Amino acid sequence: MEGVHRIAILGSGPAGLSAAAHAAARGVSHVLIEKSDHLSDTIFRYQRGKHIMATPSQLVVRADVSFEPGKRETILDTWSSEAAKHKVNVRYRAEVKSITGAKGDFSIALSDGSVVRAETIILAIGTQGNPNVMSCEGGGLAHVQYQLDDPAEYVDEHICVVGGGDAGIENALGLIADRAQGNTVTLVNRGADFARAKDANAKALLAAQEAGNITLLTSAETTLIEPGWITVDTPEGATRFQCDRVIARLGSAPPRKFVESIGLEFTSAAREAFPKLSPTFESTVHGVYVIGALAGYPLIKHCINQGYDVVEYIGGAVDLKPADEPILEARLKGLPGNRSVAEWLEFLRQEIEILRGLSPLQMREFLLDSDVRAYNAGDIVFKRHSVGSSVFGIASGSVEVEVGGGKKRQTVPIPRGSIVGEVGLISGRPRGATVRAAEPSILLEIPRMAALRLMASVKEARDTVNRITTERQLLQMFGSGLTPADLTDVLETAEIRQVKTGEAIINEGEEGYDIFVVRSGSMVVEKQIGGKPVFLSYLPAGSYVGEMALVDGGRRSATVQAAIRSEVVRLDGDRFRALLGRKPELEEKLRADMADRRRVNGYIEEQKGRFGDVVDMYSAVADFLVDQGIGEATDVLLIDETLCIGCDNCEKACADVHDGLSRLDREAGRTYAHLHVPTSCRHCEHPYCMTDCPPNAIHRGPDGEVFIDETCIGCGNCQRNCPYDVIRMDSRPPDKPDLISWLLFGVGPGPGEPDKAWRAKHKPKGAEPPKVAIKCDMCIGKSGGPACVRACPTGAAIRVSPEEFLTVKRMNRGD
Amino acid sequence: MSKVEKTGERSNAVLHEGFLRHRNFRWAWRAGALCVVAAAGYLLVDVQPRPNGGSAYGYVAGTISAGLVLWLTLLGLRKRAITAGQWSLKAWVSAHVYLGLAVLVITTLHAGFQFGWNIHTLAYGLMVLVVVSGLFGVTVYALLPRYLSRNRGETTQKQMLETLRALDRQINEAAQPLSEVQARVVQMSLDDSKVGGGLWRRLSGGRGGCGNRKALARFPGLRRKATDVELQTLSRMEELLQRKSAALGQVRRHLQIRAWLNVWLSVHVPATIALIAAITAHVFSVFIYW
Repeated sequence: MEGVHRIAILGSGPAGLSAAAHAAARGVSHVLIEKSDHLSDTIFRYQRGKHIMATPSQLVVRADVSFEPGKRETILDTWSSEAAKHKVNVRYRAEVKSITGAKGDFSIALSDGSVVRAETIILAIGTQGNPNVMSCEGGGLAHVQYQLDDPAEYVDEHICVVGGGDAGIENALGLIADRAQGNTVTLVNRGADFARAKDANAKALLAAQEAGNITLLTSAETTLIEPGWITVDTPEGATRFQCDRVIARLGSAPPRKFVESIGLEFTSAAREAFPKLSPTFESTVHGVYVIGALAGYPLIKHCINQGYDVVEYIGGAVDLKPADEPILEARLKGLPGNRSVAEWLEFLRQEIEILRGLSPLQMREFLLDSDVRAYNAGDIVFKRHSVGSSVFGIASGSVEVEVGGGKKRQTVPIPRGSIVGEVGLISGRPRGATVRAAEPSILLEIPRMAALRLMASVKEARDTVNRITTERQLLQMFGSGLTPADLTDVLETAEIRQVKTGEAIINEGEEGYDIFVVRSGSMVVEKQIGGKPVFLSYLPAGSYVGEMALVDGGRRSATVQAAIRSEVVRLDGDRFRALLGRKPELEEKLRADMADRRRVNGYIEEQKGRFGDVVDMYSAVADFLVDQGIGEATDVLLIDETLCIGCDNCEKACADVHDGLSRLDREAGRTYAHLHVPTSCRHCEHPYCMTDCPPNAIHRGPDGEVFIDETCIGCGNCQRNCPYDVIRMDSRPPDKPDLISWLLFGVGPGPGEPDKAWRAKHKPKGAEPPKVAIKCDMCIGKSGGPACVRACPTGAAIRVSPEEFLTVKRMNRGD
Repeated sequence: MSKVEKTGERSNAVLHEGFLRHRNFRWAWRAGALCVVAAAGYLLVDVQPRPNGGSAYGYVAGTISAGLVLWLTLLGLRKRAITAGQWSLKAWVSAHVYLGLAVLVITTLHAGFQFGWNIHTLAYGLMVLVVVSGLFGVTVYALLPRYLSRNRGETTQKQMLETLRALDRQINEAAQPLSEVQARVVQMSLDDSKVGGGLWRRLSGGRGGCGNRKALARFPGLRRKATDVELQTLSRMEELLQRKSAALGQVRRHLQIRAWLNVWLSVHVPATIALIAAITAHVFSVFIYW
């Protein structure tokens, strides 16, 4: 057994390696424990030649390992040589089973049976987790592997791939791609089908099976692995066959369980929560520190700096200024009040209600993402109908919200400590009102991602935001001179409900007169006419429904169901009725809205009597579009295939205005009744692509466009998260000769995306441009609007928002 | 906070209309009005001895026509140069169609219905050819897209070709146990069932000499001579060939419709270039022999 190390570092990624390097440089006794046989496994697993970017660009690296953007190989080589230079004590192939003990004497048990002892522990294990391993007998044999780097390496082998997810299927298909390699491949899947895999992968696999290129064993379980052989239990009985190599792709277990087993507490039970940490990265277990992605910092630069900082803290540094101090100083410069960075952090945290649950460390991270601004009385904070998804916290002063328009215009004051702009955060729709500073004020602008992270990790913040948003949404929606005080009674019993796609909140014919407010997502209203459900209308987030039964009495006149996963607020009918009694203007407004809805319903019913087919068609097209996810779109490209001549000028135009890469695939996608939904971004209300973007490079533009800025690091998360397959990873092609030289002399590839051969031939010398995520940005900032629509010669391509498109007015056209 | 510029114009879904109906036939009305004015001028101006291109009216009409032809030609550039600004190709196409038709009327009036065997009438003839081929184009644009859409369903051209390749692979694998005679029949399908090809082949749907069809036609004969074991393989093979036949049908129909949608351009565009050359010669000759 070795002696007791001062520091044991788990995980040799950028964070762990940086900590170890700094410990080594300071001459602190340390050990760096790495489960694989190389440093930085996550980055090691990136594809060969991948360009790794360094963001945020303004952040300086302060550490004993260096980091410049570049190729994966260069970066890994640099780190290896720096680790060697500093004489970092690495223990490879060491998997940690458990950690026991307390500060001053922790025992780290490894899976090979040995124990490492340390006074303090730094957890830098990231969030990738460990691949699940083969649990059957023989699972530990050398020919069982959990990764496939290059399928072309294996020739004339009997290979068994275990696992029917995308990773397993892609590996298996890779191994049989070139028949000349002569591999005999079997895929073992525990389930009866390949439901977890992408549709395209599953189809390709079944086609390969039909072609006799691969053997599939489904509902099967591996029971024994021996050198050269494998035994699999299938529904038809056990089968033993030749197998020179096992590639197991069984998914991975997130590290949370392991982290909790050490005794660390997380900020909440939510999936995206992080361990609770002090300003010095210390967890709730004394002596255990957490840095890097596991602490909530997935960017390499942050990780490297934290490795340095945490070793300093463990060494007893108290007044270490974080590396981001200069950035914050610059950001806060010029603001009134003459406070230091620390004072600012404390001031904002104290003053703004939703920030009170934050630790100083979180607060610092928060401020890196956010912006502090000073406003004079009367300055506009944001305008009605502009699109923005950030929230403003009022640290000092107050603001006024302008409600209503024209003569009915009035202002609602919002005091210090509260927030404003939260509706954009919840529903992702344009700003509903103009907000001005009522007096000299200091506001903190919090981007949507940071605000969502805050809500996920701090319950008080979540509750406060929910209470405020519901109240404001009602005030804005109903207007009618309501004040927050009027709503207290109704809000007391208001209940926020998650609604699954297709789930009904109101059923036609049932009793009930509660009011529902759509907070996020969208609803469709349908009514049974002539024994068939007929689409009546589409309700985007920010609308309410259920008033007919309340005002007029009687049963529910139509069914309201979620077009997409949504969130609604249920308001108690009796309390709402009491409110109507107190506020006759509100009842008037409700009656006016109702009359509109009645008219539409009546119109459809009347048409149905006369032109049943037209209504059926309208209803069927609406249902088709809702099925295609239009319910969460804010702007979608549609192609009328009775006009589309297939010239692909839309794709060419798209490529020509976007550095030579098209962001849409005209031909792919679903079609119904000649209405085609091509593979192109719909600018979702709650963009899936935004959910996990490490550099926070995905934003919403002023007109609702979801776009990716130049800080994209090419990680591919957004591409994987997008359910509509509209994001691609590619590098910028070389510049083309101009149009005239092509037209007159045939120089270059012509309009549109250049083909692969031309790109390869004209590749600029030197470094390959990095692959980044690209998607439709609705031609943001280009006058004239989306090029795809402008470039359509026949008018087949249109861009619409769902509430515009799903209206009964379309029925008049009779198509 | 800076003023938010409204960008990213959305189409009006309710008013969504094709290039022919663009803005309630705006360009049809304008072109019609132009024709009416030209015709009125023709009738009102009394040219002696008879209406001809050399008169004042003739020059005006001729200049307008030549200007229109040059402007109409610019559509080829407009379509490919996606510059910023408030323009839509649909509006351009709409104007192109109706003003192009107007050119037919105005040039006829410009000529004063005088025709002969000379460079002037050659230019006129080429113009007619361009307009007629354009009319054909408008017709196929109006009629064919729905068939293109119906035929392909939700399949892309790439997927269609991939399906064919996948079927060929399967046919190849499934043919391994066949006898030499049988294999030779299947080989016909693999060797000689191409899609696409020359213009005529594409326009006609290109079924002639299809190896897959020939192979399928030989199957009843093969079955009669086959043993029981072979019959099993043969019927699986026949099913594959039939699937390939359906897939071939879809691709060929797809390419056929696309060919019809494009073929007129190979008359329209070269004829336009010839027309511009002829107009140049026409204008020069008029001024030289004046």
